Amino acid sequence: MVSTMLRINRDKCGYCGTCVAVCPEDALELIDAYLSLERECIACGICARACPFGALEVVHEE
Amino acid sequence: MKSNYDILVIGGGPAGALAARTAAEAGNSVCLIEKRPAIGTPVRCAEGIGKELLKEYIKPDPRWISAEIERARLIAPNGTSISLEQDRAGNEVGYVLDRKVFDRELVWQAAEAGTDVVVKTRATAPIMENGAVRGAKVLSVGTPADIRAEVVIAADGTEAQFARWAGLDTTVPLREMMSCAQYLMTDIDIDAGSTDFYLGNEIAPEGYLWAFPKGDRTANVGIGISGRKSRDGARAKDYLDRFVAKNFPHGKTIEAIAGGVPVCRPLACTVADGLMVIGDAARVVDPLTGGGIGNAMFTGRLAARVASGCIEAGNCSKEALMPYDTEWRASRMGTFLERNYKVKEYFITLDDTKLNALADSIASISLKEFSVSALIKELIKRNPKMLFELKALKDTLA
Repeated sequence: MVSTMLRINRDKCGYCGTCVAVCPEDALELIDAYLSLERECIACGICARACPFGALEVVHEE
Repeated sequence: MKSNYDILVIGGGPAGALAARTAAEAGNSVCLIEKRPAIGTPVRCAEGIGKELLKEYIKPDPRWISAEIERARLIAPNGTSISLEQDRAGNEVGYVLDRKVFDRELVWQAAEAGTDVVVKTRATAPIMENGAVRGAKVLSVGTPADIRAEVVIAADGTEAQFARWAGLDTTVPLREMMSCAQYLMTDIDIDAGSTDFYLGNEIAPEGYLWAFPKGDRTANVGIGISGRKSRDGARAKDYLDRFVAKNFPHGKTIEAIAGGVPVCRPLACTVADGLMVIGDAARVVDPLTGGGIGNAMFTGRLAARVASGCIEAGNCSKEALMPYDTEWRASRMGTFLERNYKVKEYFITLDDTKLNALADSIASISLKEFSVSALIKELIKRNPKMLFELKALKDTLA
């Protein structure tokens, strides 16, 4: 079975919240100075597109 | 921090600070919470603002002004430069701020007016009763608490989650989210009196690249591109790195930040029962320039004034708070937001050939008025053969 998930690269993340604003599911949250997946992600990849630094990635794992 | 206030403001940027200051000055008990441990940092802004706009809210002070701006230059893809300046030379038209200090000053003024300012405290959920917002559940340095209020003013910026949790749709469509990156650079050759805007699909697709001076030989060099144009290898940071390597190869970057600027239309409605939304959270950023500080302060002050009246009258329903929404839409800001949205929608359709042609048509003249409408009028006047092409642009002035 392939599972799909969102991977946050904390070393790349600029903690700007752009991803939070475009997330259609309100799944992401910028808490103080870190980004967190707080609610269920549908792996649509919109946040990964919008990120100025490329810190987000939808990954498919066997 | 108490458990009950007249007004709770969520977010300590310019919108929240103006709302808190205005509300406290009107005699309300006010609490402002900021999720970050410090007001003013990290900066997520190019820091430019018009002089007249700023003076409406605070007396300009050299402590938080990095540079005085005399002109703006638009640079077309082919390098053609259009200079916009005021009639009288030396008459500054705007400022580049030092937001770290500016934001603190605004929040300090709110505190002096009587606001309880609480940092490292974030809202985790609205307190809802019978469909109305009655305050917020917060985590204050990790400790949960309830803060009840007659009115909550959401000033939580681009990420704008509070209003969303209360039922308003604040999601920004990908194509209308400007994905931005900015370097504060030193030791670079710039014109310290000019804000420069570089246009073109190769430089910044559906956005622009900017160099805003922060003093001699130092500037905020940044870029915003449409979210739909952003992908691996072609992100805001990639475009910015290419520009910097070419134009400022010996510059030093002393700060690197990211940001998202919503350039969609404002929220369909900026009030709900017990709730008002202001600033970037309300999506009242100028969609053409991406400027948001002035509009944040305008909506912050207006919201607090309306809220004060409603609290006094004992009715903070959506209907009672609605004059805030109606007033900003009818204001000069509301008119400009709608016009500039249309102008932006027109400009993003232009390829570089057309951008160059338009720039070349007005390059030789010097515009005596520093405004979007002056620029559009000149473009229409100088391009009679493109009348059909420019109709959409002309209609924005109607």
